Amino acid sequence: MDIFLQQIINGLVVGSVYALIALGYTMVYGILQLINFAHGEIVMIGAMVTITCINFLIGHNVNLPGPLLLALGLAMAIPVTMLLGYLIERIAYRPLRKAPRLAPLITAIGVSIVLQQAAMMIWGRNYRAFPAILPSDVVEFGGASITTLQIAIIALSIVLLIGLFLLIERTKMGRAMRATAQSPDVARLMGVNVNNIISLTFMIGSALGAVAGVLVAANYDQAHAYMGFMIGLKAFTAAVLGGIGNLGGAVLGGILLGLIESIGSGYLGDLTGGFLGSQYKDIFAFLVLILVLIFRPSGLMGERVAERA
Amino acid sequence: MNGSNGGCAARRPKTRASAEICNNRQDGKAIGHSNYIDTLDRETKMTIARYSLIAAAVLAMTACGKQEPTKQASQPAAKSDASAPAKSANIIKIGHAAPLTGNIAHLGKDNENGVRMAVDEINAAGGVEIAGKKLKIELISEDDQADPKTATTVAQRFVDQKVSGVIGHLNSGTTIPASKIYSDAGIPQISPSATAVAYTAQGFKTTFRVMANDAQQGKVLGQFAVNKLKAKKVAIVDDRTAYGQGLADEFEKAAKAAGAEIVKREFTTNQETDFNSILTTIKGVKPELIFYGGMDAQAAPLTKQARKLGIKAPVMSADGAQTPEFIKLAGADAEGTYASIPGLPKEQLPGGKEFLAKFKQKFNTEVQLYAPNCYDAVMVMLEAMKKAGSTEPAKYLPALSKVDYSGVTGKIAFDEKGDLKNGAITIYQVKKGKWEIVETVGGGK
Repeated sequence: MDIFLQQIINGLVVGSVYALIALGYTMVYGILQLINFAHGEIVMIGAMVTITCINFLIGHNVNLPGPLLLALGLAMAIPVTMLLGYLIERIAYRPLRKAPRLAPLITAIGVSIVLQQAAMMIWGRNYRAFPAILPSDVVEFGGASITTLQIAIIALSIVLLIGLFLLIERTKMGRAMRATAQSPDVARLMGVNVNNIISLTFMIGSALGAVAGVLVAANYDQAHAYMGFMIGLKAFTAAVLGGIGNLGGAVLGGILLGLIESIGSGYLGDLTGGFLGSQYKDIFAFLVLILVLIFRPSGLMGERVAERA
Repeated sequence: MNGSNGGCAARRPKTRASAEICNNRQDGKAIGHSNYIDTLDRETKMTIARYSLIAAAVLAMTACGKQEPTKQASQPAAKSDASAPAKSANIIKIGHAAPLTGNIAHLGKDNENGVRMAVDEINAAGGVEIAGKKLKIELISEDDQADPKTATTVAQRFVDQKVSGVIGHLNSGTTIPASKIYSDAGIPQISPSATAVAYTAQGFKTTFRVMANDAQQGKVLGQFAVNKLKAKKVAIVDDRTAYGQGLADEFEKAAKAAGAEIVKREFTTNQETDFNSILTTIKGVKPELIFYGGMDAQAAPLTKQARKLGIKAPVMSADGAQTPEFIKLAGADAEGTYASIPGLPKEQLPGGKEFLAKFKQKFNTEVQLYAPNCYDAVMVMLEAMKKAGSTEPAKYLPALSKVDYSGVTGKIAFDEKGDLKNGAITIYQVKKGKWEIVETVGGGK
């Protein structure tokens, strides 16, 4: 039983990170119907900038507690990724807004490759170790272990999610975003600056991505130029699973995907009598994607929205 | 956004058939459409399924095609080389292949540096004298991305460029498929780091390696784990590559023979960073030792995550993880980890101290793993060419199999399969953030 509990915890940690990244995909999709494949790279750059920043501070003998160093690193990474998100939209997507939708999609993939290669040139091809500044205390309960960092990951994700929901449901800006999602043209007629709202959406998504990237890097103690590809693909799957365009769906999809992966790979070997081992962990995400596309193309929470639309 | 995305989420089709018709109809028209409002209107009809599948397909294509640019970039160069035979008459072309990008790029670069050092030294001395003529060496270094498919492309490129010999590849998983191509073309191949038994067991005359193989390494580690560390219950994880799997199999055999019980055998891939699931399963069976067959890029996070999950059992691995990089990535959790390398300890090599100093001076970085073996591999190949008085693969191949050479890593001579005779294995443990020698088994200086 303690093993099962541990697998649930593993799944929740991974899932909450997926959820944060999935939000970036789903917000952009909600407004532009564009899948921003460069989002995974934003996540990676968020992690890289933070690591560089923390190493710089340590290198200059700045003696601060670990969490504070991390906060400083994030304070640097978030504006960088926000700016990057803004620039990507401004340079790569905005000129194509009236083009056939396949064009921005291909551009998105192009941007993703450019960012990956650029990161390789800046930070090198090797794995970068995450500085050991965070306490790695292990908390035991019910036979399962969870580190304080993992508790922080889940807690921070929840806080950010609540913040985002409040922003979108309760503020004027959020209303403008919802209006733009519903119909950009009508929103424009109502006096909403649609271009600003779109830029803002990219920037908020990128900021969440940066946080997610740092959490991933801190949890696995490493980051590298290719890390964005797989995690981006998984988060995209989570967004589709929950119903892309739907914020609640992205969160649900992220958590579910994390749990499915964790429990699936934990028990796959035993269930198939060793025929399929845990090295097939990644197939779960994509198996889920295929099943969702076949049986419920609009995603778990997509239907209600679609009918109303 | 939540509950309000008019234009974004697709309308769920009432029936499957109508959805298909709807899709088909818009397929041809939507592309090339320029009216924004009109397009949006149509787009609401497009199902997410269709959209996502296209996206996934395009993405998969780019993922597979990532090596394209390098291919195109290096092909014209190859052609210009081939079209200038007059110039290349005084040149020996040697190919080197290792992953220069990806998560073990640091090891690929290390190998390349080892080869480059040998080549540069010889060229600086005016070249190597073969059959009365001083010849310079041209090194053609290629990135095989640690990917078996790419490795065969690289191998074919070497064959097309008519290299005299190949140093490489780094991984067993790439060396084995590439060796078939070299064998067919009759080009001698010396791997400085592929330890999988299968590499030289294929019956090819062109396959050689300059260190002990995994049968020896697995055996030494298995016996050490059971006899010296007294581990009775062992869990094994491997990355399902030719190297990791082969090594783990050999280890399992030896550990079982010595009386240990294999309580769990788990698998991962050489791209993974999250081992929490398999470690959780392993924690449930309470092993006294975890053996990992694979590279440092996975061994390090695996070790860290094991400690975070409260697993106290030591981790043991082999040459793929016995690197400075492992300690860098695993940090304090590296402490107590065991790993072996084929060969004598770097510092105790006959030409070790001098080599390490020269290497550090030239490349301003530490030797990771197999750079000395790469250096020797080049020297052994040239030695055979000198003996045979030719750079023709067919002519110097017999001399290579009979070579007897004293290099930086010790005495090099091959058995009938192309394996190193008298290979030593050294076991290390991380103590206070450094790999410290525990013991050396076999081998002669």
